[in-house]
Amino acid sequence: MTYRAEVYVTLKPVVNDPAGLTIKGGLRALGFDSVTDVRAGKYLVVTLEADDEDQARSRVEEMARQLLANAVIEDYRIELQPVAEPVAALSPSRSGAGGVGT
Amino acid sequence: MRTGIIVFPGTWSDRDCAHAVGEILGQKTRYVDHREERLDDLDLVILPGGFSYGDYLRCGAIARFAPVMDAVTDFANRGGLVLGICNGFQILQEARLLPGALLRNASCEFRCEWVNLRVEQSESAFTLDSRPGQVLRIPISHGEGNFFADPQTLEAIERNGQVVFRYCAQDGRVTAESNPNGSLSNIAGIANARGNVVGMMPHPERACEDLLGGTDGLAVFRSAIHALARVAA
Repeated sequence: MTYRAEVYVTLKPVVNDPAGLTIKGGLRALGFDSVTDVRAGKYLVVTLEADDEDQARSRVEEMARQLLANAVIEDYRIELQPVAEPVAALSPSRSGAGGVGT
Repeated sequence: MRTGIIVFPGTWSDRDCAHAVGEILGQKTRYVDHREERLDDLDLVILPGGFSYGDYLRCGAIARFAPVMDAVTDFANRGGLVLGICNGFQILQEARLLPGALLRNASCEFRCEWVNLRVEQSESAFTLDSRPGQVLRIPISHGEGNFFADPQTLEAIERNGQVVFRYCAQDGRVTAESNPNGSLSNIAGIANARGNVVGMMPHPERACEDLLGGTDGLAVFRSAIHALARVAA
């Protein structure tokens, strides 16, 4: 089974974020006076094979802990979803009906 | 003193370090490839500055998993002298050989300039030749040198005397104006609890000849030579 994990890595709330502050300054300079805070982070998409969703999630958690995020300064959040079978793998009759998988 | 200078893909200050330690101080040096697994022949290991692995993900995050880093960790745990300069400092933190992390500079700018460093203690292997309160003039060259640690960690490293260098004014006063990157408590360099592993953002290897504007960086490398002599004695 193929899964697609979206990993959001953000600086912990107590960590100062110079990039976010600079972007906030830019937005306010453009006239977006209502902006009170901007936090910048990283967005990673990891595609992986796993037996089931639990296994996929625990593997991605392990990746985040070991490499994707630095626990000293960063938090992470994972959103996981199964990837639909590719259209080519479906039977002709189903793909003919619009190619919508599961 | 047999010095190994670790070269990762993207390291850029390796030759400057070899020039300072090998040519100027006349010590034996060799380059250590990031795939090597043995450091038994060495007394001092330097992780030089640069942009290892393009600084992808986070500075030092990928270098930490290079084969040579297991050997560096063993070497450090056995009491071997390890100096991380700039990107090398970032790598030592990612490898958890030193506490804290280095964030993007508060200014969001890459800063390349001479700074003044106050020596906070002279017990680390790289400050034996300096006296506490002495001011060294050494250049920095980085975009992510903003030292951060959580309050408990910061308190612990201050209490244990692990702060080695602080950014300061010419007269040694630690001021907000003399802090080039937003580092907590103006911290420019720290040691591990044992004092054999030091990380610093400034580049001592670029301050070893009058021709380059100053020689205060020599004290860092000479201290290592004397630390080893002291162990041998």
